[in-house]
Amino acid sequence: MKKTGAQILCESLVREGVEVVFGMLGGAILPIYDAFSQYPQIRRILVRHEQAAAHAADAYARATHRVGVCVATSGPGATNLVTGIANAYMDSSPVVAITAQVPRSLIGKDAFQETDITGITLPITKHNYAVAHAGELARTIKEAFHIANSGRPGPVLVDIPRDVQQEEVEFLYPDEVDLAGYKPVSQGHSVQIERAAELIAEAERPLIIAGRGVIISRAYNELRKLAEKAQIPVVTTLLGIGSFPGNHALSFGMMGMHGLIHVNMAVQNADVILALGMRFGDRATAATEGFAPHARIVHVDIDPAEIGKSIPVEIPIVGDVKDVLKAMNKGVKKGEHRQWVSQLDRWRRERPLLERQEDQALLPQYVVRQIYEATQGDAIVVTGIGQNQMWAAQHFVYVKPNSLISSGGLGTMGFELPAAVGAKVGRPDEVVWCIAGDGGFQMTIQELATIAQENIAVKIAIINNGYLGMVRQWQQLFYGGRYVDTKLWNPDFTKIAEAYGIPGIKVERREDVAPAIRKAMEYPGALLIDFVVEPEENVYPMVPPGESLGRILEAPRAEVLSSR
Amino acid sequence: MTDRRHILVALVEDKPGVLTRVAGLFRRRGFNIESLAVGHSERPGLSRMTVVVDGDSAEVEQVRKQLDKLINVIRVVDISEDNIVARELALVKVKSSASTRSEIIHIADVFRANIVDVASDSLTVEITGDENKVSSLFELLHSFGIKEISRTGRIALTRGGIS
Repeated sequence: MKKTGAQILCESLVREGVEVVFGMLGGAILPIYDAFSQYPQIRRILVRHEQAAAHAADAYARATHRVGVCVATSGPGATNLVTGIANAYMDSSPVVAITAQVPRSLIGKDAFQETDITGITLPITKHNYAVAHAGELARTIKEAFHIANSGRPGPVLVDIPRDVQQEEVEFLYPDEVDLAGYKPVSQGHSVQIERAAELIAEAERPLIIAGRGVIISRAYNELRKLAEKAQIPVVTTLLGIGSFPGNHALSFGMMGMHGLIHVNMAVQNADVILALGMRFGDRATAATEGFAPHARIVHVDIDPAEIGKSIPVEIPIVGDVKDVLKAMNKGVKKGEHRQWVSQLDRWRRERPLLERQEDQALLPQYVVRQIYEATQGDAIVVTGIGQNQMWAAQHFVYVKPNSLISSGGLGTMGFELPAAVGAKVGRPDEVVWCIAGDGGFQMTIQELATIAQENIAVKIAIINNGYLGMVRQWQQLFYGGRYVDTKLWNPDFTKIAEAYGIPGIKVERREDVAPAIRKAMEYPGALLIDFVVEPEENVYPMVPPGESLGRILEAPRAEVLSSR
Repeated sequence: MTDRRHILVALVEDKPGVLTRVAGLFRRRGFNIESLAVGHSERPGLSRMTVVVDGDSAEVEQVRKQLDKLINVIRVVDISEDNIVARELALVKVKSSASTRSEIIHIADVFRANIVDVASDSLTVEITGDENKVSSLFELLHSFGIKEISRTGRIALTRGGIS
């Protein structure tokens, strides 16, 4: 039976199991939205800016392991997606972005709302397509979903001219995809896996660094089995948080620029590192020179280009973390590293992540800890970027798999609110806490309307210090304390929320934190809490930019008080 | 050939935008393309691309892997270490007069180059060979006055077997 391009798109989305699309309308996308009316099984979430559609699709994908879909019109609609697509690309998130294009006869003529979105997104997509005929649309969508969510996941953009959306052709959905130039390897090389198992057996101070790849491949049980069997301590990258239970005896926390001191010390002292599904990003490794100087490194990643990119490794294993660990667990011997594990425990006890108890100031760390106390970790935490993100990473205990959603690679301010929408839509039964900065929150604040219109019950905690906090911290520490344009005048966030029909609570005192969080948990819908926190609190520990993990700044206890 | 120069040979889909993807990737990863030649391969729908790049082995291996990730790239190999046949084609337009014409033709003969155009004040010479041969001819012709040069960039295949 003949169908229009727009109907073919909808049919294809249904066949790919798409339940929701995040989008915004415009002229060129109208035929697709018109066709959506015939497909009520696809839920539409109307956002207020296309960037939010991309972030929501990205977070939906992270939360569900399914492809997130965002839809935008041609021209500015498409370009507004760019930040969100780049964000998904950096964090290997499977997103399919559908953009409309001007009719074929107008392409290249600088038509109204024409932009070369496939050209623009070349370096920030795993692949993209400009659809030339309705006849190739079904196969294109099939390929797009396959590419987005296999191998190392990533965003794929499909650009569809308006007249292609209206063109009628026979619809036939292909069963299979055959791409000569795309054959991701899943099983690791058995000899390499054996070598890795031998190296682990020889190790005295082994360490597992778990990255987001563990979460993507859902290798939670395999990782846990390996760690327990060989008694190897586990640390994570920022996006590896949630790959291993944070309350496990072998769990030691996050490494990196704002990693915990004992974790960075573990990395610097390990003799064998097993790096799983991580890419040795610069925020995790700090300066690569001087990184893990004693370690022989096994690197498992599904993307061959990540191996040896930043850090030379002794045993590279290309494959899916889950498949590789399944094989490795057979070969790995039972191990004991009591001395090493207790050394790490000792380092951890010596340098606990303290919050200042000596005064009654409302500290951001305390807020995060209280959210943990109220949820006992039974929640998905979605963060912004900067100080709020680091405090959320350090002070919440992530006991459930895949319970942190954060913009790691791109570091996108404004990610948090639309991402919380995507996470909640994807996993409606979970409590979703959006931990926002007062700066980033205002970059996508308009999504409060989406939340109100769609009744999306996210709990929003603004860590409001009146500054672009992390940038202020850098100005304080590395730019002579000159606070240039980091002080923010802020609106009354609770009144803004209320204007959107979302209850708002302002918290300025320590004793009001827990009751406000409790109220938010009890309230059935979305709720916003504006935590007015200590303005100049810094994130510690910190490895200064350009230094190695071995050089760590610790919190000067009286620093905040003395600088005022 | 200096140590840092590498020859990457890629089999790519013959589709719009593929050259942009490849060239864009080199730009983004901070690589300079010394030469790039592309044309149909023995397989319908596929082109073979020969790219000469400058970089150390680790850097080139990184860019090779990144190229291999492009969906439209079927296969890409660094054949610098292999036993290869590499050729380029050049056309060079040399100033000539009645008195110098025969000397230029003689030089071209020595290089097994062809004279493909003769005008009253110039000759156009076509030469095929490896880079040294082409450069040597240019050097010899330099004294006559070179008006224009056009070079294809290198194309290469490994000897015997299948690359």
